[in-house]
Amino acid sequence: MYDVIIIGAGVIGASIARELSKYTLKVLVIEKENDVCEGTTSANSAIIHSGYDPEPNTKKAYYNVLGNKMYDKICQELDVSFRRNGSITIAVDDEEAKILDELVERARLNNVEVKILNQQELQEIEPNITKKAIKGLLAPTAGIINPFELNVALMENAMDNGVELSLNDKVLKISGEFGNYQVNTTKSVYHSKYLINASGVFGDEINDTINKSYFEIKARKGEYFVLDHFDNDFIKHTLFNVPSSKGKGVIVAPTTSYNYIVGPSSEFVDSKDDVSTDYITLNQIKKSATNLVDNIDYSKQIRQFAGLRAVSSTKDFVIDSPKKGFINVTGIQSPGLTAAPAIAIDVAKFIEEKELKVTYNPRRKPIVRMKNLSLEERNALVKQDPRYGNIICRCEKISEGEIVDAINRNCGATTVKGVKKRVRPGFGKCQGGFCEVSVVNILSRELNKNILDIEYGKKGSNVVSNKMGGASND
Amino acid sequence: MTNYDLIIIGGGSGGIAAAVSAYDNGISSILLIEKEAYLGGILLQCIHNGFGLHTYKEELTGPEYANRASSELLKRKINYKLNSMVIDITPDFVVTYTNKEEGYQQVKAKAIICATGCSERSRGAIAIPGDRPQGVMSAGQAQKYLNIEGYMVGKKVFILGSGDIGLIMARRMVLEGAEVLGVAEIMPYSNGLNRNIVQCLNDYNIPLYLSHTVKEIKGQGKLEKIVICKVDDKLQYIDGTEQEISVDTLLLSVGLIPSNPLIENLGVEIHPRTKGPIVDESYQTSIPGIFSCGNSLHVHDLVDFVSLEGKKAGFFAAKYIKNELCTNQKVDIKNGVGVSYVLPTQVDIQNIDELQINFRCVKPFKTCYIIVKNGDKVIKTIKKPYLVPSEMEKVVIKKDLLQNLDYLTVEVVDG
Repeated sequence: MYDVIIIGAGVIGASIARELSKYTLKVLVIEKENDVCEGTTSANSAIIHSGYDPEPNTKKAYYNVLGNKMYDKICQELDVSFRRNGSITIAVDDEEAKILDELVERARLNNVEVKILNQQELQEIEPNITKKAIKGLLAPTAGIINPFELNVALMENAMDNGVELSLNDKVLKISGEFGNYQVNTTKSVYHSKYLINASGVFGDEINDTINKSYFEIKARKGEYFVLDHFDNDFIKHTLFNVPSSKGKGVIVAPTTSYNYIVGPSSEFVDSKDDVSTDYITLNQIKKSATNLVDNIDYSKQIRQFAGLRAVSSTKDFVIDSPKKGFINVTGIQSPGLTAAPAIAIDVAKFIEEKELKVTYNPRRKPIVRMKNLSLEERNALVKQDPRYGNIICRCEKISEGEIVDAINRNCGATTVKGVKKRVRPGFGKCQGGFCEVSVVNILSRELNKNILDIEYGKKGSNVVSNKMGGASND
Repeated sequence: MTNYDLIIIGGGSGGIAAAVSAYDNGISSILLIEKEAYLGGILLQCIHNGFGLHTYKEELTGPEYANRASSELLKRKINYKLNSMVIDITPDFVVTYTNKEEGYQQVKAKAIICATGCSERSRGAIAIPGDRPQGVMSAGQAQKYLNIEGYMVGKKVFILGSGDIGLIMARRMVLEGAEVLGVAEIMPYSNGLNRNIVQCLNDYNIPLYLSHTVKEIKGQGKLEKIVICKVDDKLQYIDGTEQEISVDTLLLSVGLIPSNPLIENLGVEIHPRTKGPIVDESYQTSIPGIFSCGNSLHVHDLVDFVSLEGKKAGFFAAKYIKNELCTNQKVDIKNGVGVSYVLPTQVDIQNIDELQINFRCVKPFKTCYIIVKNGDKVIKTIKKPYLVPSEMEKVVIKKDLLQNLDYLTVEVVDG
């Protein structure tokens, strides 16, 4: 019998898991995919929003502003890449300039610091923004984060503090009531006192298995371009179009690893698994981005991707308990990444009987990032473990030691994509063309698995099909 | 910190030839740094034959060619390091490399030759839309899985791009029991060597779809289907020509890009067309003392030409180290009509006895003329039965034709 079962290991599930790991509770996280961070958290703008934008007095506004303030500490404790680079919302005509003035008022109501910039100020702080820009709204507290690192670190830290994680485990049926919920999954039957639904775009389906339907989650797709690193100062702030009824518009933003992303689009899709890109949408994104930066060099593009926002029919986050002991935390679209840690604190309040755990450690063992170390520091590591001297990913300069570490931690990588999400080989210009074979071999060795069983990403995505020459497979 | 006269980065055919040539021209303080466990570079995974017809007058496999080339380096006892990745070069030529045994080390050079090869354009670089399943990979990556690791990557294969590696892999996959359903090429002509079209596609009845591309990729975890379609003369999809094909593997052979992150960081000037550094007749880049050769300079069709280029780069780097290289009388070499790029783009004729200009034409030509001009004046004309962009062409001009140079232009016109 668990005290709490959390369904879903995205940033919401993982944030709640970490929050609950502070207490003497027996907690299990169930995830249908073979890794954490496989849904919405893995494919979004990676922004820690300042909070000027959500409509005042909504859950979105409340948790956004609270969550934003929590990230310095979280990222320090969990060693996650995070930079408060500030955001600028850019108006290119009088109508948009007028909307910026309304946003200043919103920012005041949400208690978020903003500043209006004139044309000249804009060009001074971001020389590469469009010459069409006439006015901007600077929000200095906005930031960018590595969402993969964050999601993994939250779960790893939760597991360090006793939380259990079951991957490849899909919920089939939920029954029972407070004190004894029963969760039937593809792997097992679990029992728990409390049940938390953090299943993202599938949040309505999970709710409807045990409760009366009272909201609907639709998936709204956002497609993006990723550009290679070329100039760390090309764009320093996160640049937004002026928001319209369709959402926040597109952004041009640096990432924590100094790539640039351009996107997202915004289209409702029927299938909650549809993260495909299409050329018409990609071309539209390029067009919208010209209202932010005049000359984006798409010859630097290295990838396009898409993610799904969980859009609730209630028009706000769904964070409530429709039935004692069953808590819905879903419909967490933008600014959900920002809001996650603040939401987790409030969700923990639903769990009535809990005591703080004296052994709780908020820190996870720091990640080695060879790239950021001095030569002396690097050589000290190589002395301990020579694999830190062996570079596997030539584009991002990732060593074998870093990959091995990413596999062997709690919540470690088990797939090529899992390694990529944690320490970045495959995120560079060659997109794994050079290093994938080496990563597959390291995974096989460290997990003591046959190469034939190593998957790229999702279950069944085995990288190689058979051993050549008719020999046996071992 | 150890000082060398010459550091060569990359132990493939270009780097090896450069090291041997520099040594033979009086430079013995050399360090060659190779990231893999063997010398030979990409040749080691190219187990098919056809290498060495020019250099050794016989048909060798890639590993055989690599072995012959590297034996010359070993004979001369030239210093080299394996399993060692160069991660940085400073403006004063301090080279940082790392390996498991030594950790991070710094060495210094008077001159550097970059022979770091090229990389394959990825799916993301050409923005093929659709899902992002496993099963879409570059042809060279698949080649590594098969020829180095001994594992097949799939059973029903389609290939996008008719570059040579794609054609070679089409045959290779068939020989290993896969079904290769076709090769799509966005241009109206093939981008591979003619002999590879014949020997790898025609001989195995693999269809080549010219003016076609992949419009969509489908599949959740694993690749399930691709949609190919025709393109118009502006390379745009033609609606209504789509064909869905069930495959588990899509190999990409959609172009090779010279790989020079180390010297690009130093600000070396990059040629907009070749994507490699701009060099003069001595294979010296825009940064004095840094030389470039092989596929990191521009992508070659044949390894034999890489070796020749490495030899020249080594020769001129040796001259530079001995302070014998002149750089005070440079004139420009430009690509004229019909020519997509020329290499080198500058020449100082004090350093050479004859000038070889490499170039590629912009489109296939039937009977045509290669014309070299000094300013407006034609100094050389060569008649050719045909020219194709996939085959690098060269023109050699004797020094006596290179007097009173203004600037040189190479053109190709219909005959």
